[in-house]
Amino acid sequence: MSVDTGSHTDEPGAEESRQWTARARRAAESAFPPDRLLPDRQPAYMASWIYVFGVLTVVSLAWVIITGCVLAIMGPSWWHVSTAGHFVNSLHLWSVEAFFSFMVIHLWGKFFMAAWRGNRRLTWATGVISFAVSVGAAFTGYLSQQNFDSQWISTQAKDGINATGAGAVWNVLNFGQMLMWHIVLLPIAVVIIAGLHVLLVRRHGIVPPFADDERKSKETVAPPAEEPA
Amino acid sequence: MSPDAKRPRRFKPDRDVKEWKGAYVPYDFLKEAFVAFLAVGVLTVLLAVVFSSPDEPAVTLKSWSIANPVDFAQTAITELDGTSAVATYGPPYNATPNSSQHIGFFEPNQWFGVHQPINTAQDFVIQPLRTLPSQPILQAALNRYQSASTTQQTSWTTAYEKAVANANDVHGRLHVPLGPYGPVGIIISAETAMAQTGGLDGTLLSEGQFYNTNYTKPLLFIADGTYLSNLAGAQHLQGSQWGMMNETGNYPGQAWLWLYTMWYQVPPMNSSSNGDLEVWAIMMVLTLGLILLPFIPGLRSIPRWTRVYRLIWRRHYRSLT
Repeated sequence: MSVDTGSHTDEPGAEESRQWTARARRAAESAFPPDRLLPDRQPAYMASWIYVFGVLTVVSLAWVIITGCVLAIMGPSWWHVSTAGHFVNSLHLWSVEAFFSFMVIHLWGKFFMAAWRGNRRLTWATGVISFAVSVGAAFTGYLSQQNFDSQWISTQAKDGINATGAGAVWNVLNFGQMLMWHIVLLPIAVVIIAGLHVLLVRRHGIVPPFADDERKSKETVAPPAEEPA
Repeated sequence: MSPDAKRPRRFKPDRDVKEWKGAYVPYDFLKEAFVAFLAVGVLTVLLAVVFSSPDEPAVTLKSWSIANPVDFAQTAITELDGTSAVATYGPPYNATPNSSQHIGFFEPNQWFGVHQPINTAQDFVIQPLRTLPSQPILQAALNRYQSASTTQQTSWTTAYEKAVANANDVHGRLHVPLGPYGPVGIIISAETAMAQTGGLDGTLLSEGQFYNTNYTKPLLFIADGTYLSNLAGAQHLQGSQWGMMNETGNYPGQAWLWLYTMWYQVPPMNSSSNGDLEVWAIMMVLTLGLILLPFIPGLRSIPRWTRVYRLIWRRHYRSLT
């Protein structure tokens, strides 16, 4: 019987430590240790109703995607000719309305909390971009309804889109193109940006309240390269 | 990284935070998310059961020409003589000079040019009618119109526009007073009849292949008439009615577009020929400003000045006293 006596050790060699995979793993472990990615404790100041709207926005997006997937499975004309299809379309519509309602409250809440403080500016920016991309996703949904609403919105919106020059490649009167944007490209963009936003929230944690004496503070803070607790 | 970046900097309350050294409390994130998921699901089902969703049938060239053949014919003649909104639109449909919206030298629509070429006379009227078989009188009228001089064509179409302004709808059929409009009367009557059979819908949608998903041509034709906009006005969907954020029936629409549509209600955008581009520019600046808000002195201090945060964190501040 032979015994493996190779020089295999648990210590990473220079070769291994330079791997893209190893570097990515180390960066992920550093940025998102398990208790930060999925914490079971939060600062006591989180006791406020406003924090509910972030998670409500995320779960509403989940319902938008689930109901949209059902509509996609059955095809774009299904909801016009089927009672069940019309009901699923109604679920899709109201989950979108809920999504935007919760997101706008979440956005205003974060504004009044100045939630960009403490090196959270990218968290704020991804939230605003997520809102803007979601507006585009909803807009293409309205264009994809194949009814009077779609006709009116598309023939009106073309003037705004064309004025920017985007109408050269982004034709709101082209149902096939708008449907693809609505069910493929923009949902992917929303999920990626919203996912990045949630990861940044987990990375930096929730922003602390303003301290009462901050206006008089003469303290200094660490440079932005250092992450806050 | 520059040496300056390593140096501690002055604490600014609208940019920096003090590390939280207070209490932590148990918090079950997954349980909260699960309950929220169920709650939103129940809420959505309730709203769907009680309110359903709107589905106003689409307008077709057939339904339009049957419901209002006069408006259809009045629109069709402007497509034939090249005076309709689409015929004079400019890019991306045609190269009409000085038609693009601009802010000073900024004229992006003109820069990108024509990408969905549309010749309304050919695409909306002549070519569809050329597909009709066994209509020798119509084909002769088309031949006569197309072989005439531009001056003669204009004389005919001008005479027809005057006549069709006094046309009548008699049980769904178009009756136009007689006039010196040559073959144009036959052409527009045939166009109206073709639309009433539904043939024009299919012909305008055709892209030379079996499957089609591009409705640009029929939508542009329909939008050139007043029928569609009158229906939209009755549903409070016109731009002057804040229609961008409304929906057919009494349903909530894209309420999140309230700021976008607001700019169309105020001068100078509400009467400007460049209003769409001006509103776009305003919204892009505002969106960029919102993204970069944490970097903008003054604006980023509004939360601290308004002190709404004391309402949000009222339990926390109460615990300090």
